Amino acid sequence: MVTSGAWEPQMEPLTEWQDQLEETTLGPTRRTSARYFGLVGFLVAVLGWGSYAYYVQVRDGLVVTGMRDRISWGIYITMFVFFIGISHAGTLISAILRVSNATWRTPITRMAEFITVVALSTGALFVIVDLGRPDRLGYVLVYGRWQSPIVWDVTAVATYLTASLIYLYLPMIPDLAFFRDRFAPRTSVWRHRLYRTLALDWAETEQQKASLRRAIGVMMILIIPIAVSVHTVVSWIFAMTLREAWNSTIFGFFFVAGAIYSGIATLIIVMAILRKAYHLEGYLTNRHFLYLGYLLAAMAAVMIYANISEYVTTGFKLEEGGEFLFRQLFVAEFAPYFWFYLIGGLFLPPIFMAVKRMRRIGTIVIAAVFVDLGMWVERYFIVVTGLRAPLLSYEPASYAPTWVEWSITAGGFALFALLITVFVKFFPIMAVWEMVEERKAMTAVLDESSATAGERS
Amino acid sequence: MKRMKVITSLFAMAAFLGVAALAVGLHTHSATPALVLMGGAWVLWFAATMKRGARPAGAMPTADTPHPSYLGPAITARVIDRRTAIRLLGFSALFYGPFRGIPGLLERLVIAQPTQLPPARIRQWAMIIDLRSCDGCQSVESPPRCTQACIEGHLAPEPMQWIEVFEDELEGDGTRFLPTPCQHCQNPPCVNVCPVAATFSTPEGVVLIDQDRCIGCRICMAACPYDRRFFNWGDPPVPTEALLAEYDVEAQVPARKGTVMKCDFCPDMVRAGALPYCIQACPNRAIYYGDLEEDIASNGREVVSITRFLASTDAFRLKEELGTQPRVFYIPGHGEAVGREPTRTGRMRTVWPWSRVAPGSRRWSR
Repeated sequence: MVTSGAWEPQMEPLTEWQDQLEETTLGPTRRTSARYFGLVGFLVAVLGWGSYAYYVQVRDGLVVTGMRDRISWGIYITMFVFFIGISHAGTLISAILRVSNATWRTPITRMAEFITVVALSTGALFVIVDLGRPDRLGYVLVYGRWQSPIVWDVTAVATYLTASLIYLYLPMIPDLAFFRDRFAPRTSVWRHRLYRTLALDWAETEQQKASLRRAIGVMMILIIPIAVSVHTVVSWIFAMTLREAWNSTIFGFFFVAGAIYSGIATLIIVMAILRKAYHLEGYLTNRHFLYLGYLLAAMAAVMIYANISEYVTTGFKLEEGGEFLFRQLFVAEFAPYFWFYLIGGLFLPPIFMAVKRMRRIGTIVIAAVFVDLGMWVERYFIVVTGLRAPLLSYEPASYAPTWVEWSITAGGFALFALLITVFVKFFPIMAVWEMVEERKAMTAVLDESSATAGERS
Repeated sequence: MKRMKVITSLFAMAAFLGVAALAVGLHTHSATPALVLMGGAWVLWFAATMKRGARPAGAMPTADTPHPSYLGPAITARVIDRRTAIRLLGFSALFYGPFRGIPGLLERLVIAQPTQLPPARIRQWAMIIDLRSCDGCQSVESPPRCTQACIEGHLAPEPMQWIEVFEDELEGDGTRFLPTPCQHCQNPPCVNVCPVAATFSTPEGVVLIDQDRCIGCRICMAACPYDRRFFNWGDPPVPTEALLAEYDVEAQVPARKGTVMKCDFCPDMVRAGALPYCIQACPNRAIYYGDLEEDIASNGREVVSITRFLASTDAFRLKEELGTQPRVFYIPGHGEAVGREPTRTGRMRTVWPWSRVAPGSRRWSR
């Protein structure tokens, strides 16, 4: 592979390579283009519009949305499930791949972990947006009942957010120290203070390194069951109710798999954008996109399997009520969404990856966009079809989001993008320290092997 | 000087959090928020007492890694060994006990309420709806009177029909009418999922909603298998006189924006010796209300033994297979006792007869 400089042995000497890497990582903090400000301005404008829509909603009540008694949850809950799902990017890439010692993931861990934190915050915000009485939010803490699936969710999401903040922060300490030292003489006071505080006196002593490794080791194991629990209990918001469409034992697994699936897709999109914007081609290589593309295809297979399990077991028997659900999903009102999800969201990505000529960054990013769209649509029709099925003899209700809902939803996406955009200006976007450590280890191995080869000859 | 300032403010914040913890604990009678605040106070206290200056032996700066001067004096985390940690944890645990106890103790000492003895017998309210006598008010050419009376009695906002008359297809030709109030389940899915105990079961077997507690998450509406819960999507369109009422959980007047409402089974009326509005208004006397404990029910005209009445009429409950155990029983029929032909379908639309609704309120459809 020609483009990958970072991971091919026998390249330029370590120090030069390290200087290059450090310069690249510092890049975003040095240059700020007009286009960057343009983007931030645009995102702030969208967020502002969303905030205005939320103000209208708080003023007039949820009557300004398209939700009513029979379809009482809509795209807010869709956004909640979708974004909490996205947050599984970090866990998969940095925890599972770290546990399995796949070193290729090192340059993308930071981005994955940051997506986790930002997506979790955005997702949690949408539950608050959906509340009829946001002023009583604190009641969940004061009067919370452990028997309620909502309280399971609050607990799991809060735990996951705490854990992922720690897991984002820990491996970043050495990089923050590097920023601290680099910026020391020539930066603003508050910025210097920020890095100095966050770097916690990191001086790369052996003791510090050992402590850090141990801490990361504990967190990477701990965060996996937490992440799995999060989307499981999110699915239980639905599966714990007496609704036929949601009455499924596979729901927890199904949601977790979908979460990881959409998480990888989002990571691919964010990677591609940052790679273009900050010239990370030397570190985020074809190989990274290819491997993530393979992971995407593998998760697509898992999702297809889960869908078959779910729909064949209920569809074969077609109990009373099941027929209504099948009709609205496969041929009637929700058929366009369902088939888009099935074909575009689930079958397209593995087909892309199966054709050798298609295994290019552009194609993989397109596949990832399809996956995210498909998964958003899937969350949407899971929420709405489940509520739409009539419980007694009345006509099925209909639901169409209003401008308020669309505006707040757009504001949510803008918030997600804005937080990532601002983050790259202040924090190292790649795990410099870990990359250098791994490079050192690799060079040592190569030196050793060349030395033994020399002895033999 | 600067350091002293920081330490003083940390102490002050710790003290503030401690007092806040006490106040919250007393106010809510719950240990959880108090403990969270106590934890915060403890962390701040710990930070304020942190030593500065000397580094622990292991982290001594060496010639290779001097401590850069621009970092200011090196901060050293207080070194806690295992024993100190255990001691501190034990200390924290000691706090826990009194904290749980203090609110109750104070209440007993200061407020000293007389303890209420439970009545010897707790009523177990139940409803029986005789579908043989329900013709959807076709014979009186009116919208279902039970629904109308309920709306007018409870000042229910449009479009809520706490007791709603559905029209079901029969197996052969024609339809039957099914008046459907909240089923007052004994294994209520709505109560099971509520995160804040805003909806709850009373000892009398009635499911109620506290609109001063409800946070409007609507998971109970997703959980209810009978479609019997209604949300105040905006400022509810209630008659102006409703705004004058003093809120009561058993009456749900006035309705509150952003909260859930439903049939409350009128236990307040029954306790006062009257039958619920829906039963009083039924022209065919199709609805019975009574007490399972005493095994007696009445439709306002005759009195029956509930057990014998249900057994002799093949009574059923809605969606029995879900295990919700409703307190509403149905006697199968399609209005034959009042001369309705099942092929005569349709009923009149419910109306909300308010001449004036609360200012600034919004109307919405179901």
